[in-house]
Amino acid sequence: MNSQTPLIQLRNISKAFSGREILRGATLDIRRNEITAIIGKSGGGKSVLVKHIIGLITADSGEIIFDGTAYSTMKRKDFSAIKNRCSYMFQNNALFDSMTVFENIALPLREKFTFAKKDIEDKVRARIEQLELGEVAQMYPKQISGGMQKRVALARALVTEPEIIFFDEPTTGLDPIRKKTVFSMIHHYHEKLNFTAVIITHDIPDIFYIAHSVNILDEGRIIFSGSPVALEQSSDPDLYTYTHGHEMLIDELTGLSNRLALMRKIEASGLDRKSGAQLVLVTVRLVGMRTVMDYKGELLAHAFIRNLAKFVHSFLPPDACAGMFSKEILVLAARTTDESTLQMFLNQLTRYFANLAVESYCHKHRLQVEIGGTVVSDESSAYSAIQEALATSKKYV
Amino acid sequence: MKNILAIPAMLGAASLGIIRNAGQWGVFSLTALLGIVHVRRLVPKILYDIYFIGFKSLNIIVLVAFFTGMVLGLQGYYTLIKFSAEGMLGVAVALSLVRELGPVLTAIMLIGRAGSSISAEIGIMRISEQIDALSTMDVDPVRYLVTPKIIASLICFPLLTAIFDCVGILGGYFSSVLLSSRSGIFFSKIQSSLLLSDVTGGFIKSFVFAFIVITISCYCGYYTHQNQSSAGAEGVSNSTTSAVVQSCVYVLIADYVITSFLM
Repeated sequence: MNSQTPLIQLRNISKAFSGREILRGATLDIRRNEITAIIGKSGGGKSVLVKHIIGLITADSGEIIFDGTAYSTMKRKDFSAIKNRCSYMFQNNALFDSMTVFENIALPLREKFTFAKKDIEDKVRARIEQLELGEVAQMYPKQISGGMQKRVALARALVTEPEIIFFDEPTTGLDPIRKKTVFSMIHHYHEKLNFTAVIITHDIPDIFYIAHSVNILDEGRIIFSGSPVALEQSSDPDLYTYTHGHEMLIDELTGLSNRLALMRKIEASGLDRKSGAQLVLVTVRLVGMRTVMDYKGELLAHAFIRNLAKFVHSFLPPDACAGMFSKEILVLAARTTDESTLQMFLNQLTRYFANLAVESYCHKHRLQVEIGGTVVSDESSAYSAIQEALATSKKYV
Repeated sequence: MKNILAIPAMLGAASLGIIRNAGQWGVFSLTALLGIVHVRRLVPKILYDIYFIGFKSLNIIVLVAFFTGMVLGLQGYYTLIKFSAEGMLGVAVALSLVRELGPVLTAIMLIGRAGSSISAEIGIMRISEQIDALSTMDVDPVRYLVTPKIIASLICFPLLTAIFDCVGILGGYFSSVLLSSRSGIFFSKIQSSLLLSDVTGGFIKSFVFAFIVITISCYCGYYTHQNQSSAGAEGVSNSTTSAVVQSCVYVLIADYVITSFLM
């Protein structure tokens, strides 16, 4: 088989449960010796999709091709051989509660292989030591914490050194330090053993650092498939939720639009050619905000932006919009027939930054504030309109 | 018109459901039986299941058997004395126990003690994906979970039935000692009247009951997730109830069928 050909190909997989469609023609390629990530909303069918590969669920329609052979034409014995090459780490761990941690990890070795008792013990002990489970080896899963259960499940998945490992949300329920450890361990094991890994996760952006390819499952279909870099550089607004999902809480709290939403609103506003109306655009450049974020913390920077956003919303007309073009640039946009709007915006912002408390804050944290504003012609793109406004910037603080 | 058609449609759906379940149970039981070829690998699990189904049920079986025997002795004595046939008490108690009450009551006690527990255990394994985990390891869950239990129950049920019969007869003897001074005749009549075919019939029943109870209990737990009306803990609870009720009903039906063949 050509090494460029994907090891596993899922073609137009559809699946419904009790009439509810979970997968609607999902197509996915899993390449040999690569780490493939599948991300998507909770309950979106990620686990269902992967369970098709391991044979836990049968598709209503579509085809799965493993190493060039379609499941539909495969004999039971061949499918059994595929299962022997795979390992699956379940979302809720699926540990056997009547067995100790040691027995749980040893189970696949005892049932799938014919190793001598001592070899099994050595292999299990090695995994137990690597995952720091020595203290709980003789305990039952119910007697240990959720995080430890996760590590036991991980040890069980790795103990047979399989060629293909499916990780179903391997970091759910773990603290941030352990999350990083799990991803780092998957990465290091992958480097060492060169297995093929499929990871279902919500841990964005962490997963982007270890995955070779990312697939986004949305509404039962794969809407993106490519490298993490390609995903990051994508300007598709539908993908923004997934790539910048971690920033959305901040957007929600400040009430400011994110970059993509802001550009779309400005462009929509430009297309709306009402007679006599013009687009007023004001930019507030917070020079040094990135440094504040890096050296003094995101929370401090967020508190400042939140207060600024609150003030902006106090004078902004209802149909206007405000958003962060970047971490340092706040943009206000309003379509209006009133020629004094631009001046009103500038006056309000100047007044805000002239406030003693704000000014001393800016001095303390070495923040410089530049405010610019312009009236934009309808033909301009959102990007050039913002650049036009930035060009008029004057330093205020 | 719609209302008229609703009744046959409902009956049809129910019939199809029964047939589908029966077919699924048949395939499930056959798969579990075929797993016996891997018996050597299953020995530790079989031993554990013998301990769980057999040894741990011993107390309750002995207790129930003794009091059943005593009640039989008591009722039998007051019935037989009317016909001046109290000397036949031992035969009446022994035949009732060996042919009928021994296998049936043992099965019903084991349904309550072991069947419900097995059904709940497998049901929980199903909803917590432990059964799926076995599948992903290419371990046949039916062979791994059900086959040892079938073998263990086929060993335990006849043994427990034998213990039930013996303790029950002792209970009957105890009653007769309390009520009558002619207790020596109790065992001599049993010796002369109880035939090997009576004992064999009882054991055939216990084998059949073992198979019915364990396969139904395991089946109900194994397919907990197919229960459309409930899920999670409620689903397991419903499966367990269903296992107990169905096992009792099928044991009594099988009892009648086997008895009619043996008579």
